Amino acid sequence: MSEGCAQCQGGCDGEKPSRRGVMFKIGAGLMGVGTVLASVPLAGALVAPGFVRDGDTWVDLGATSDYPEGETRLAKFTLPGSNPNDGETSRTAAWVRSMSGGGFQVFAVNCAHLGCPVKWFQQSRLFMCPCHGGVYYEDGSRASGPPPRGLFEYQSKVENGRLFIAAGRLPGLQEST
Amino acid sequence: MMLRWLRSIIGWTEERSGAVAFVAPIMTHRVPRDAKWWYVFGSATLMFFSIQLVSGVLLATLYAPSAADAYQSLIYIDNQVPLGWMLRAIHGWSSNAMVLMVVVHMSQVFLHASFKYPRELTWMVGVLLLFCTLALAFTGQIMRWDQDAYWGLGIGASIVDRVPVIGNTLRGILLGGPYIGGATLSRFFALHVFVLPGITIALVGLHLALILKGGISEMPKPGMVVDPATYRKGYEERVHRTGVPFWPDAAQRDMVFCGLALIVLIGLAAFYGPFGPNGNPDPSNIDANPRPDSAFLWIFAALALLPPQIETFLLLAAPPVIVLFMLAIPLLSNRGERAPTRRPLAVIASLAVAVALVSLTWLGVSSSWSPVMTAWTATPAPVSLVKRLTPLQMQGALVLQYQQCRNCHAIDGAGGERGPDLVDVGSRLSWDQLVRQVQQGGGNMPAYGKTLSSAETVAVVAFLQQCRVDGQPAASIPGALERARTSDLAPVATPSASE
Repeated sequence: MSEGCAQCQGGCDGEKPSRRGVMFKIGAGLMGVGTVLASVPLAGALVAPGFVRDGDTWVDLGATSDYPEGETRLAKFTLPGSNPNDGETSRTAAWVRSMSGGGFQVFAVNCAHLGCPVKWFQQSRLFMCPCHGGVYYEDGSRASGPPPRGLFEYQSKVENGRLFIAAGRLPGLQEST
Repeated sequence: MMLRWLRSIIGWTEERSGAVAFVAPIMTHRVPRDAKWWYVFGSATLMFFSIQLVSGVLLATLYAPSAADAYQSLIYIDNQVPLGWMLRAIHGWSSNAMVLMVVVHMSQVFLHASFKYPRELTWMVGVLLLFCTLALAFTGQIMRWDQDAYWGLGIGASIVDRVPVIGNTLRGILLGGPYIGGATLSRFFALHVFVLPGITIALVGLHLALILKGGISEMPKPGMVVDPATYRKGYEERVHRTGVPFWPDAAQRDMVFCGLALIVLIGLAAFYGPFGPNGNPDPSNIDANPRPDSAFLWIFAALALLPPQIETFLLLAAPPVIVLFMLAIPLLSNRGERAPTRRPLAVIASLAVAVALVSLTWLGVSSSWSPVMTAWTATPAPVSLVKRLTPLQMQGALVLQYQQCRNCHAIDGAGGERGPDLVDVGSRLSWDQLVRQVQQGGGNMPAYGKTLSSAETVAVVAFLQQCRVDGQPAASIPGALERARTSDLAPVATPSASE
């Protein structure tokens, strides 16, 4: 343990070098354990939001009679699971297509390309995206532009004459059907 | 009397701190005599970064970093706080200036090959500083918490979401939850005001220390090659013999340029004012037309123009490849010629990158791939085109308008630019081709076969066919008209030229 004595040439006060070596090892060990104990909750807090999986809840979009057959209308709602700190960003919207002959398709407003808000055009029966020019047909299938697939569709159900969708997460390629 | 006091205070402090003894050799270190105007851009970058630190801290005293209040606090800063608008304007303009200066500085260093031995590490730290600067610019745009910020985050989240397997987890970590909201702004606030500035300050310190260690590079001269075995000795000899002290000989040029740049910055800020905020961040407002800040317009354009088949691959593979390649440049070539005239490949590569970035930025500004959402109601067909039309053609003009065709198709320059201008489509496509294009789409156009009735299709094609430049005949394919006559989509106003 000769290297331990480099600092104490001016006169060590009798402490044995070997004890210093042991102390150093104990110190390094304690610091190591402490660092791990501290890192787990700190890093955990940072990455925890990535592992939240059950974000979807049934959201009431109103009476089915609000959506005339054969038309596609914008439904605005507040994200379930949002909190007051979210402000306006807790609001969101979905395109509700009331199909001729019954049944609903509910599309995310987020373009399947990179998530910009698509807009419905009743006359040409197309959704158009303002960012990179993605276009979709009324059934949500891709018509043209860069999107790799059709519009994201929410899971939906009708109960007691009211339309519900399962929402709560930002729609994305790995989220929706 | 005062002077004597001052002197004794300085002497007292110096005796205990050694500050002057520490700083003086740094300020007066010798630099090459020919290090002139080419060398001012790094200093300018540092000056704009300092402006960002000061104005950023001042903005933090006014800004409410909460998703519920951020937008309103910006409106408040702009309209109620004395000189608040100027504070935001300086921070915004200085951000752009810093990005610009980093790029100019880096281009100069690359073209003069100052990254070669012994300055490889200086370059690598500089590359990291470039990406810190861009990260600060992106997170700063998020601080605006307007429509652009919200949908910009949406784009970022969508890109991260494309990472195989762990994409969704990464997205949650990025956004701080399953959607863009309060947690997202707080995360980006922490990045923008604590993490990134801290890293940047540390890296700037390292960058400067490395510059002092390696010395300011000389102006490159053809034939004066870098050889790691002899470079340091030769450089030190030359700079000792012919060099000048940094302060004040070289610093005076930095001062002239930085002073001018600062005055221009304040002028721009005062004249043009702050950037945004552009529309409150209400995601249910689907009339948003999100656009990124100028530093990211080229990425915005690339995202529209990449072939969809390889888009995900490029989105995920390109950034790490670009970063690693830029870091590795001095390792690939750390010796030899420095003069641009002896490094044609480097000059061509720089030009190619510059042309690509400027072109993509320009395309991002015009964003011709985006439908003009209001064109179908706001941009009527030109009178010259609808004069003396048959009733059927007139009906076709109306169909063209009501079916939002104009959102993507201009007529005589007015309207969307996604598809071709229709002013002369009648001389380019025959009746059959027009019918096919309208019904089946293709070439990036949606199919209208299910939306339009046969009568509407015939009308719109009849209108399109007479959209021709004066004197040009209608396009036709020999024999096609005869075949078409037997179907219910037969030409109605048959062009005489093809008979």
